[in-house]
Amino acid sequence: MAKVTGQFEFSSDLHAENMLWGATLRSPHPYARIANIDLSAAYKISGVEAIITAEDVPGKKTYGLISSDQPVFASDFVRYMGEPIAAVAADHPETCRRALAAIKIDYEVLQPVTDAELALSPSTKPIHPDGNLIRHQRIIAGDQNLQGEVVVEGVYEVGMQDQAFLGLEAALAMPDPGGTGVEMWVATQWLHEDRKQIAACLGLAESKVRLTLSGVGGAFGAREDISLQVHCALLALRTSRPIKMQYGREESFFGHVHRHPAKIYIRHHASRTGVLQRIEAKMYFDGGAYASTSSAVLINGVTHIQGPYKCSNATVDGYAVRTNNPPCGAMRGFGVVQACYAHESQMDKLAQACNLSPVEIRLINAMQTGDKLITGQVVESVAPVARCIRETDAIAMPAPLALDADPLELVGGTGLTSLPENIVRGVGWGVSIKNLMYSESFDDFAVARCQLSDGVATLKYATVEVGQGFVVLAPQIARTILGVDEVVLDTVDTGIGSAGSTSASRQTWMSGGAVDGACRLVRQRLFEHVGAKFNIDPMRLVVEDTDIVDMIGDFRISVIEASTGVVIDETFEHHHRPTEELDANGQGNCHVAFAFVAHRAVVDVDVELGLVKVIQIATAQDVGRVLNPVAALGQIEGGIAQGLGLAIMEEIVLENGKMRNPSFTDYLLPTALDAPKVVAVMIEEPEPQAPLGAKGIGEPPCISVTPAIAAAIRDATGKELPRVPIRPQDICL
Amino acid sequence: MKVSITVNGKEHHGDVEPRTLLVHYIREVLGLTGTNVGCDSSSCGACTIHMNGEAVKSCTILAVQADGSNVTTIEGLAKDGVMHPMQTAFMENHGLQCGYCTPGMVMAAVGLLNENPKPTEEQVRVGLEGNLCRCTGYHNIVKSVLAAAGSK
Repeated sequence: MAKVTGQFEFSSDLHAENMLWGATLRSPHPYARIANIDLSAAYKISGVEAIITAEDVPGKKTYGLISSDQPVFASDFVRYMGEPIAAVAADHPETCRRALAAIKIDYEVLQPVTDAELALSPSTKPIHPDGNLIRHQRIIAGDQNLQGEVVVEGVYEVGMQDQAFLGLEAALAMPDPGGTGVEMWVATQWLHEDRKQIAACLGLAESKVRLTLSGVGGAFGAREDISLQVHCALLALRTSRPIKMQYGREESFFGHVHRHPAKIYIRHHASRTGVLQRIEAKMYFDGGAYASTSSAVLINGVTHIQGPYKCSNATVDGYAVRTNNPPCGAMRGFGVVQACYAHESQMDKLAQACNLSPVEIRLINAMQTGDKLITGQVVESVAPVARCIRETDAIAMPAPLALDADPLELVGGTGLTSLPENIVRGVGWGVSIKNLMYSESFDDFAVARCQLSDGVATLKYATVEVGQGFVVLAPQIARTILGVDEVVLDTVDTGIGSAGSTSASRQTWMSGGAVDGACRLVRQRLFEHVGAKFNIDPMRLVVEDTDIVDMIGDFRISVIEASTGVVIDETFEHHHRPTEELDANGQGNCHVAFAFVAHRAVVDVDVELGLVKVIQIATAQDVGRVLNPVAALGQIEGGIAQGLGLAIMEEIVLENGKMRNPSFTDYLLPTALDAPKVVAVMIEEPEPQAPLGAKGIGEPPCISVTPAIAAAIRDATGKELPRVPIRPQDICL
Repeated sequence: MKVSITVNGKEHHGDVEPRTLLVHYIREVLGLTGTNVGCDSSSCGACTIHMNGEAVKSCTILAVQADGSNVTTIEGLAKDGVMHPMQTAFMENHGLQCGYCTPGMVMAAVGLLNENPKPTEEQVRVGLEGNLCRCTGYHNIVKSVLAAAGSK
């Protein structure tokens, strides 16, 4: 409710008495040597309380999610446009801006490395001590020489997408007296990981850094890496005053990681009847200047390149590469978006070569539970791929465009640019597989605590709510298990064990599992308490609505009455089953579980002007079990809008490493008019591995919708369109 | 410069720098942080408020331009503790996820219905084109607005 009344506090609303403002100085160059930093003029500005650079970082000078390769402040080289060099604390944001302008830096500008393939060439000098290769992973499976009767190939590219959450980065840091520690309120995806990195850079024990979640205005992966956290905490400790930092939209584009641009060379071998036999692929993911999660994104890319299809033979080489482009990391779909665009484009080529329809080729090859992936891993998850395709196919097509249609319904909409007779309709398909949770032997867990007293359950966890709806799900679980009406959600902070990140479609499974586990432990204790008090075997007790009843006798007591005067407090740590690393040939059980989805796109294209309107997206998604139908549909519709963005609108345009469009004026996001009609079917086949039977639903919606839209535009135009986003000039020129 | 602005029914007198944006006046001087800033370039509509009954983006208006005007922010939409039907409709129709666009979206939607009390779905979409949402894909927002229009 607070979210509709304006009372909900987002991180940008944070405020403290006596606080100062912090701001960051960033490099205007993609690649340069820093010859000298002169702070003297900035210090003379009245109101400036502190200026810090790399020299002032007391602990570790670098940070990073997987490898710690990114400087808190650049000191010798800047490696991307927007890299932080210094931070200022002052009495007002305007004073901060003036101070930043007064810092004088002498740069020796260098030629940036901006092409991922070129970056790996032996003649290209490393731009970072760790080298230009972040990670290489091969997958070698089966017959390496097999040649199919039908061979299709392509080179596909995906542009750099921005998560573009609306709620800008912001944090408040409060120093402990004497500078012995710091308390922070921050909008993030993973409090404990932030804390680990912040504490290391501050040179403090983790227990001295306490984080509380502040209101998160969307995340989509961009808040998995830290941005202003260390800078803000350092300034607070330096000035002994509370520090507020917040980014504007332009700085936000420079302040967080993006979706990896990728280039994928791929060849599919199949029988004449369309049975997929072998995949050869070479994949380049441009990680930008620092690693972030690039190595994990790469693994998702190479291990999902077969798509949701059976295939026994593969030769795949994937490279995550360092360049002087902006750093890339997590974004909804995490490496699978890029792979899916390539494999789905290929499936359409294969269909054409085998004279099959897009639906037929996909059904012929659809994966099932028990199939072995190119990594050797057997798919144990429920895998209703064929059902996803069939149920999507069964969704009614939209009515054809009427020649007298309301101009608002035409391509170009209110621009009144297109005549109905110039508009061509196209239909395209995309189907995808997505891993759930973390992979490659990461010990992934989530902790939750449940306390029951006087009929009220209090839940405590560090699970970040980014808008996905865990704040609704967690109480729902507690009510169902404990039979309570009232559930109180405690503060989300580091005062309990980690919940892991709100990412990888994992929180319903992981934190949902932890809340479920904690509530079950509490219920067991409650049954024991009631059993002892009323001399009934606790094994005979069950919760029925808001009562505890004896399954055999007629004893009944309300949960409120049963828990009056007692305090039951239990904590549960949920782990998913362990996974393995991939070996040198890309073999190993590296993923936990998978979810599947099919998308069919219908588009209208003005082939003269190159304009596209997506008319309808039909989708059937494998969700395991629906826990909250409205929230689930919201995830599906929202994900589809983001996939549409990547297909036809959204790209961070880079020119020699420089970002050309860091604003919402120039980086185009789908509006209410761009959002297509969505007809969604949720396929419920409960997942035995999942604590609640529910699979993560956040990522799949945005994955195969992009290739489906691209295929529909191809269908309308007859063009190959090997790159997304597809721009008007790609269609009409 | 001296300004006198009525916000949510209460008159405020202040001395502002001429360059102060209305949204900054509302958030920082009056402390009404329900109105959000999402883009700094008048693209996203998170800062939408009502000025003299009309929905406007408060990041494109200077505080001095609002001198003498009557401003309503999201905090002033509920009357006597009862939520505006549009707020109720957004809650009931799941018209939000992260909630950052919501105050601006609700204000824009109320403004839309003031002009066109019974809009079609397409008219709602056109009317909200200036307000970005990154979470919902807009469908539940459109549903919310249509529901509120029905309940009027």
